[in-house]
Amino acid sequence: MIKVPRRTLNKLDRVTMPEQDPLVRATNFVEVNDGLTPEQATVEAMRCLQCKTPTCIDGCPVNIQIDQFIERVANGDIRGAADVIRMDSLLPAICGRVCPQEAQCEGTCVLDKKNKPIAIGHLERYVADTVRRYGLEPPVEPIKPSGKSVAVVGSGPAGLACAADLAKSGHQVRIFEALHQPGGVLIYGIPEFRLPKDIVASEIDGLKALGVEVETNAIIGRTTTVEELLSDEGYDAVFVGVGAGLPRFLNVDGENLIGVYSANEFLTRVNLMGAYREGAETPVLDLTGRRVVVFGGGNTAMDSARTPLRLGAEEVRIAYRRTEAEMPARVEEIHHAKEEGIVFDFLVSPVELLGNEEGWLTGVRLQRMELGEPDDSGRRRPVPIEGDIYDLPADVVIVAIGNSPNPLLPATESRLEQTRWGTLAVDESTGRTTMPGVFAGGDIVTGGATVILAMGAGRVAAASIERYLASGVWDEVPEPA
Amino acid sequence: MYVIIEAESIAPDVRRIVVAAPKIAKKHQAGQFVIVRVTPNGERIPLTIAESDPAVGSITLFVQAIGRTTTLMSELEAGDHLEDVAGPLGRASEIEQYGTAVVVGGGLGTAIAYPIARALAEAGNRVIAIVGGRSREYVLLEDQLAAHGIEVIPCTDDGSYGRKGFVTEALADVIEAEDVGVVFATGPVPMMGAVAEVTRSKGIETIASLNPIMVDGTGMCGGCRVEVGGETKFACVDGPEFDAHQVDFQLLQRRNTSYRAFEAERMDDLKSLDAEHHEQLLAEIRGACKTEAAT
Repeated sequence: MIKVPRRTLNKLDRVTMPEQDPLVRATNFVEVNDGLTPEQATVEAMRCLQCKTPTCIDGCPVNIQIDQFIERVANGDIRGAADVIRMDSLLPAICGRVCPQEAQCEGTCVLDKKNKPIAIGHLERYVADTVRRYGLEPPVEPIKPSGKSVAVVGSGPAGLACAADLAKSGHQVRIFEALHQPGGVLIYGIPEFRLPKDIVASEIDGLKALGVEVETNAIIGRTTTVEELLSDEGYDAVFVGVGAGLPRFLNVDGENLIGVYSANEFLTRVNLMGAYREGAETPVLDLTGRRVVVFGGGNTAMDSARTPLRLGAEEVRIAYRRTEAEMPARVEEIHHAKEEGIVFDFLVSPVELLGNEEGWLTGVRLQRMELGEPDDSGRRRPVPIEGDIYDLPADVVIVAIGNSPNPLLPATESRLEQTRWGTLAVDESTGRTTMPGVFAGGDIVTGGATVILAMGAGRVAAASIERYLASGVWDEVPEPA
Repeated sequence: MYVIIEAESIAPDVRRIVVAAPKIAKKHQAGQFVIVRVTPNGERIPLTIAESDPAVGSITLFVQAIGRTTTLMSELEAGDHLEDVAGPLGRASEIEQYGTAVVVGGGLGTAIAYPIARALAEAGNRVIAIVGGRSREYVLLEDQLAAHGIEVIPCTDDGSYGRKGFVTEALADVIEAEDVGVVFATGPVPMMGAVAEVTRSKGIETIASLNPIMVDGTGMCGGCRVEVGGETKFACVDGPEFDAHQVDFQLLQRRNTSYRAFEAERMDDLKSLDAEHHEQLLAEIRGACKTEAAT
């Protein structure tokens, strides 16, 4: 490694991710970020202070040994860096792209105080992409079969992470996916321009190489029940990671007009069903020259706004009832959305969706809000400004205000206790549900959250499934030390 | 890959397709449906399960060639495959002791009425099936219904067979003549709406099996929103059967036209293919199925 004086390194700014020009990328579905060059990655890694007690690791939900992998990047040992990450995270190419780093590892980086936190997410992505591109992954070692089998329900981030850990321990794992393609929200929800689908596919191929089986079109609760997985099909344990897939709507008049989509429906049509491709068999409303209003302030709202631009929409607005400071979306997504020309209307709330006589949407009626006292979440509560109501023309509305847990599976198994929010009741430290042999994690437990949290929950459950399989005693699954 | 075991035409543009789907066959109850994809890039379409045979591990679907996907599906033969079949979805019909039950099926709706009528008959109800079609050859499943002891009243628009006129006229006569405990309406949206109006004044419990546009069929997308009694419901998980007196049929009819332009265009694309290219497309679909099945 080249020796560069610290004071020189200290003068350097945080690396800037090379990206497609905003005006160009707003017309295509190619990934926005190009990825760091090897030179950029090396210099960025050298900027790391290699703290004696790295605070970034505490900020990571799966506690990746961040300082160690970055040190290896600085030394040009990309394969070594990948080995370090792999000890704690199985989906680095995905997490490097979609984790809210500013609220996690980068938010706790010492250099964050100088507004120059190490670009940990970009480096993680760089490492993952580099080993993938050049085939530097370690060969799959034969694993001694344990003789135990586990059914994993749902192939989103929680299910994939859980399956990976269990497979590595030699358990026979079969993933059951309700849709025709595995990946869950990584496939149907997050758009190609933010998370290319071949990356998700290659992560799943990696699992298959470990011996994990994937069964699509398997709607657990309908095609097969959880009970049948344990009794008839003989699985020793079941992990439920079915996500929070029941879209919330605005609960205002006009919500069923033609032109009103849930983010789930709109994104599924475009991402999973490929409605943006020439010759697609699945339609999405023609957005050429149209005006789109998106309700919400999270990553899904950003995806729901940036996708119509790429489908030719004339104007796309995001209407959010609080201010930018309260938006839950990743900072980078808000930044990218603005660059691409998305218009933000803050402190507005929908009162009514307006339509014509044929039942098509024509506009939205909005109520202006102001911030009042903090609510339970600690964020200041938006309150209506009496009488301040106005109309905006709109051809399409996309509702991205979150999802409730999908009741399809819990409703078919009375022994799976639910909370009053409809999520599954689990013992947080082990992922144990109220039904013996059944564990759960991800959005079905937490409600709508992030990919990395779901992945973390999948791994926690995998560890306790491991202990359960070893002891065979449900009541005494010991908590992790 | 789901193997087609039998495929036959039972009326103009209507095919009966028996497909191997053992897990679905085991679970199926009357009123439920599957989501089908015909080709590797195909759209997801809901189709009612008309019959299931758990012993053989098969389910029976009826498909009418209206759009591109259903037309391609109609051209498949025994030995071909469907890309995906997922289910059984939706809530099962509420089969109770109603005394006399009437099922009203219009066109392909008879295929949806068929499993309900059978289940009602098996539960000990006296079942009358009023089945309508444009003309004689469009009256479906008369023999199959009769074989289960169901009284069939065929109706045709042109009078070429059975009663001349709409199914609603026959229904009005039936409910005038005897006490009817329940009416199930399955078919085109205007027909179901009209059935609801016929039974409303008498207060006869009337259930419609709704057919909105769907994507996933598991409650995930909300594209199948319908209004029942002023409340928004998801037909895929809350239905597909609802109290017909409470359903906003006009809204359903409108929402079903959302993609009419797209559908017409894709259908025109298919129609504009000459025989050779049409064969080539089918061969590609079959080829894709077989290659993947082999791996």
